[in-house]
Amino acid sequence: MEKTLTSRLFGPKAWAALAAFSAVTLILVPILNLLVPEGSALHLSTYWVTLIGKIMCYAIVALAMDLVWGYTGILSLGHGIFFALGGYGMGMYLMRAIGREGNYQSDLPDFMVFLNWKELPWYWQGTEHFLWAMLLVVVVPGLLAFIFGYFAFRSRIKGVYFSIITQAMTYAAMLLFFRNETGFGGNNGFTDFKRILGFHITAPETRIVLFGLTATALIGFLLLGRYIVSSKLGRVLAAIRDAESRVMFSGYNPLPYKLFIWTVSAVICAIAGALYVPQVGIINPGEMSPANSIEIAIWTAVGGRGTLIGPLIGAGLINGVKSYFTVAFPEYWLYFLGLIFILVTLWLPRGVVGQIQTYFSKQEKRA
Amino acid sequence: MTFMRPTFLALLTLVVCVVSPASFAKPAPELVLQLATGDNDAKVAALYAIAGSADPEALPILEALRDDTLKSLGGKQAIIYDGETAIDAVTGAKLAKVPDELEDVVSNNRVTNALEGALAALDLISPDKALRLAAVKKLQDSANPAILPLLDKALAVETDPQTITLLRLTQAAAQLQHPDKATRLAAIETLGASGEPNAKQLLAALLEKDGANYKEADESVRVAAQQGINSINSHLKLGETLGGLFTGLSLGSILLLAALGLAITYGLMGVINMAHGELIMIGAYAAYAVQNVIRAHAPGLFEYYPLIAIPVAFMVSALVGVLMERLVIRFLYGRPLETLLATWGISLMLIQAVRSLFGAQNVMVENPAWLSGGIQVMGNLILPYNRLAIIAFAVLVVLGMGLILTRTRLGLFVRAVTQNRQMASCVGVATPRVDTVAFALGSGIAGLAGCALSQVGNVGPDLGQGYIIDSFMVVVLGGVGQLAGTVYAALGLGVLNKLLEGFAGAVLAKIAVLVFIIIFIQKRPQGLFAVKGRFVEQ
Amino acid sequence: MNAALAIDKKPGLPISGAESAFDRAVGLERPVDASQLDTTHGVILYLEGITVSFDGFKAINNLNLAIDKGELRSIIGPNGAGKTTMMDVITGKTRPSAGTAFFGQTIDLTKLNEAQIAHTGIGRKFQKPTVFEELSVFENLELAMKTDKGIWSSLFFKLSGEARSKIEQKLELIRLKDQAHRPAGLLSHGQKQWLEIGMLLMQEPLLLLLDEPAAGMTDEETERSGELFLELAGDYTLVVVEHDMDFIKQISARNGKVTCLHEGSVLAEGSLEQVQNDERVIEVYLGR
Repeated sequence: MEKTLTSRLFGPKAWAALAAFSAVTLILVPILNLLVPEGSALHLSTYWVTLIGKIMCYAIVALAMDLVWGYTGILSLGHGIFFALGGYGMGMYLMRAIGREGNYQSDLPDFMVFLNWKELPWYWQGTEHFLWAMLLVVVVPGLLAFIFGYFAFRSRIKGVYFSIITQAMTYAAMLLFFRNETGFGGNNGFTDFKRILGFHITAPETRIVLFGLTATALIGFLLLGRYIVSSKLGRVLAAIRDAESRVMFSGYNPLPYKLFIWTVSAVICAIAGALYVPQVGIINPGEMSPANSIEIAIWTAVGGRGTLIGPLIGAGLINGVKSYFTVAFPEYWLYFLGLIFILVTLWLPRGVVGQIQTYFSKQEKRA
Repeated sequence: MTFMRPTFLALLTLVVCVVSPASFAKPAPELVLQLATGDNDAKVAALYAIAGSADPEALPILEALRDDTLKSLGGKQAIIYDGETAIDAVTGAKLAKVPDELEDVVSNNRVTNALEGALAALDLISPDKALRLAAVKKLQDSANPAILPLLDKALAVETDPQTITLLRLTQAAAQLQHPDKATRLAAIETLGASGEPNAKQLLAALLEKDGANYKEADESVRVAAQQGINSINSHLKLGETLGGLFTGLSLGSILLLAALGLAITYGLMGVINMAHGELIMIGAYAAYAVQNVIRAHAPGLFEYYPLIAIPVAFMVSALVGVLMERLVIRFLYGRPLETLLATWGISLMLIQAVRSLFGAQNVMVENPAWLSGGIQVMGNLILPYNRLAIIAFAVLVVLGMGLILTRTRLGLFVRAVTQNRQMASCVGVATPRVDTVAFALGSGIAGLAGCALSQVGNVGPDLGQGYIIDSFMVVVLGGVGQLAGTVYAALGLGVLNKLLEGFAGAVLAKIAVLVFIIIFIQKRPQGLFAVKGRFVEQ
Repeated sequence: MNAALAIDKKPGLPISGAESAFDRAVGLERPVDASQLDTTHGVILYLEGITVSFDGFKAINNLNLAIDKGELRSIIGPNGAGKTTMMDVITGKTRPSAGTAFFGQTIDLTKLNEAQIAHTGIGRKFQKPTVFEELSVFENLELAMKTDKGIWSSLFFKLSGEARSKIEQKLELIRLKDQAHRPAGLLSHGQKQWLEIGMLLMQEPLLLLLDEPAAGMTDEETERSGELFLELAGDYTLVVVEHDMDFIKQISARNGKVTCLHEGSVLAEGSLEQVQNDERVIEVYLGR
């Protein structure tokens, strides 16, 4: 029997790689950061922990993108909105956790005092409770994705149309969040966080816990993604990507399938956003800019869409290079990023991982 | 326009006390003397008197006072001395020899203000038409029975229709307090018919209560005033509606220009060009560059630089478009999502290139004189020339594009290739060439849009980013491949956006429009004007 | 001619059990299954007065057609006669601007979407073979198999031994057993046609609509599909659109009826011989 999706994804090599990744992120990194003394050559600084944590959040986003684009053929240019909504949910909890220690010593977050808000708007009620805030992180983006997706998929909007509409959606949301009177902190968004669940947000231990949680989430979502794409549902999604009308005439209604993967993807994205904010320390409407959402697509494309590991590699590669470039030659970053977009679509349509797979399958045939 | 200096008001009220209608003559010698030699109070009083007399011959003396060439000679004589000759201000006779002991006239702030007021009043009978118009506009806000003689005099000699209209209105405003009821009613009628917001305020003042009594005692006059207000209100409302329509039309024409190029590249060719906005931006920078070159090397042509910029912007954007098509896009035909990503990459590079060349800040693009200002159609409706020009330009571009597509061989080829590529190729159309030319045409039109935009908005590297989503919305809403649909969608969206802005503000309006489009596409995925049939669904 | 069509149509669709607005909204409608099909009059498909117009152009113009249960009906007609559009109407892809389409006595096809229609037991093969290119042949058949096609059952689906043997049986029938685990995209045109027919059979439909099934097949393959269709007729009802007159001859050999469409309406109907000798048909095909 030739290699099928299932055998490839659940083979012993894949398990070994996953175990190695878990060991590095959950055991090695904490030891190098917390236990190895600062002067030692092996010490991993908190800067690196934060940077890698941030990139892992991006990797989760790229994975979410891959589920809809790579596996179902729906290119979203609006995933930034789900990421940002998750971030805002977490961000508001962190704002509330500052308590009266802000510049204005008010129960209200500083930006609200500054903008003359007298009380918390209804939609932020209860955000001082961590669990409620986390519920918002999941439910609000999920609901938005569900409603938006329902209307879009029901009218059979697909392809580029869908991409453009999602871009318009995130653009509209960005405009809304930029407004001071909408209660999202306007331009500056939420920042100056102090504590999370009582722990100092800048303490190395807190950072390592957040890092570990991000790594765990990444592994979890990878396994979830693996389960979904290798199930019959995953095959229906691939079928929708290849020949949607045949799927319909075979008796499947594509709507709930698309809606399912779209909503799951949005929620994964939102959780990544919620993990991102405490590590980076800020969330603002810039995260919803169309440019950011398109960048997510390129992470996925560079790594290889339609593979699970590809998007993670793509997100890591691009963001690794980005954090180097924007410090070393800031003015050349956009040239580089633009070039990546062009080169990948022209010469690497299956991405790095796809290319390697093709190479190896050719080798095997030759052998 | 409605602001007014309090001192000027004071002046006009004072005029009542000082001036009698009969005092039109040469400025009385004692007044002139007072200006030169009197104390500040005396100077102010003299200025009021001169203003009320509206005597053109007083003008040189007032100007001398303003220019500090009016001197006092021993506190007894007023002399105008311009550094060479000395003239007796009262008699106008030239002095044989410039006296040694001329003293400067010292004015305080109060005197300066009174002087300005007097000069304005005299402007009313100045030979310069523009000065008269400016003067009556100034007086309009402070109409008062005291200036009636002045207005009568001005009306008697005025020939300019616009100035006459304003004088009549000012006269009517001044007559509102006339003791004769018939005059008051006539004045109210004149004001009511004017449709001016200022006139509305004047009429409303009549209905106010001063303590227990109305300012206007006669009830029938008050009723007439109310009618006048109503008539002005409906007039203003009309102006507002027309104004809203105009700004909507103006926005629509901008959207149309921005979307027209896309209607070719996306609508006809099916290329998702995310760098379309940047082609617009490049067109705007081309206009900026032309402006700078002309200002530096041929300042005489500055008035015409937008006309020179039009072909330049077209060529530059078209050239960039050709490079894009040849180097990237043609390898991606039939793969819309990949095209989207690749062209996005191009857009990033173009933005950065413009930043490197011209800096990250917005650049200044100036309107030439014939594009600044506007036509005042109604009291509250001004149509700016640059907006009118863009509407006209959009019409021309649409017509030109329509002609190219329907009347030329290129247009025929483009339509043939877009409808059936294989068949067109079979009958000998060089499809790759047609693709390149069509893409260049779409890009060039984006450049034209940029050139037009440079005349109404900021020009910066991010200019295009704001238009890409809107342009796609227009094309999608209009129906892909439909030029007429693009036109209707752009104008419709423009007007809708502006109408909503009136209710909800700019950002909410924008969001509402986006939501509207999303819902609209639910109902009609094929857009406003769609080709129906078996080829539509692929 | 309309006497046969004057049937007592019961309005609406008999759907038992509660179906919430929410279910309908998210496309989780209770599937309309073949058990509701009522063919007591012996007729499985009624099209009456169907008109489809695109911008004034009538692709189908007052089309009347009745297909008996178990029949193998051949449809011929020149290009643009409305054959594909007719299939679009039956399968819910295109809504007619006028007329009614009933599956059996009770199921109003104009009120159902594509997936629901597939559930009622109508299978369709496209003119251009459409299979899921990136999935293996086996997976293609697996997806087509008659089963609960909701998302949750798909997510937790396990292939039973019985289902596996059903698939293998069909693999043998369509002679793709040795290709079972190759991606369907790598098959030849004719093999894709066969795979699509196999997928259709996995759906266990009552009515099969086949749009040019023999296109791209070798002569031998064509003949074998003719045999297969004749074998299927009786248990299944088949409507075959074809241009290949030899193929039509083969499949209409056992009293099969032939319908000739022209400009969106039925021009002639009867045995192949009758249709071929019809003067209007000759005129349409050969010109004046």
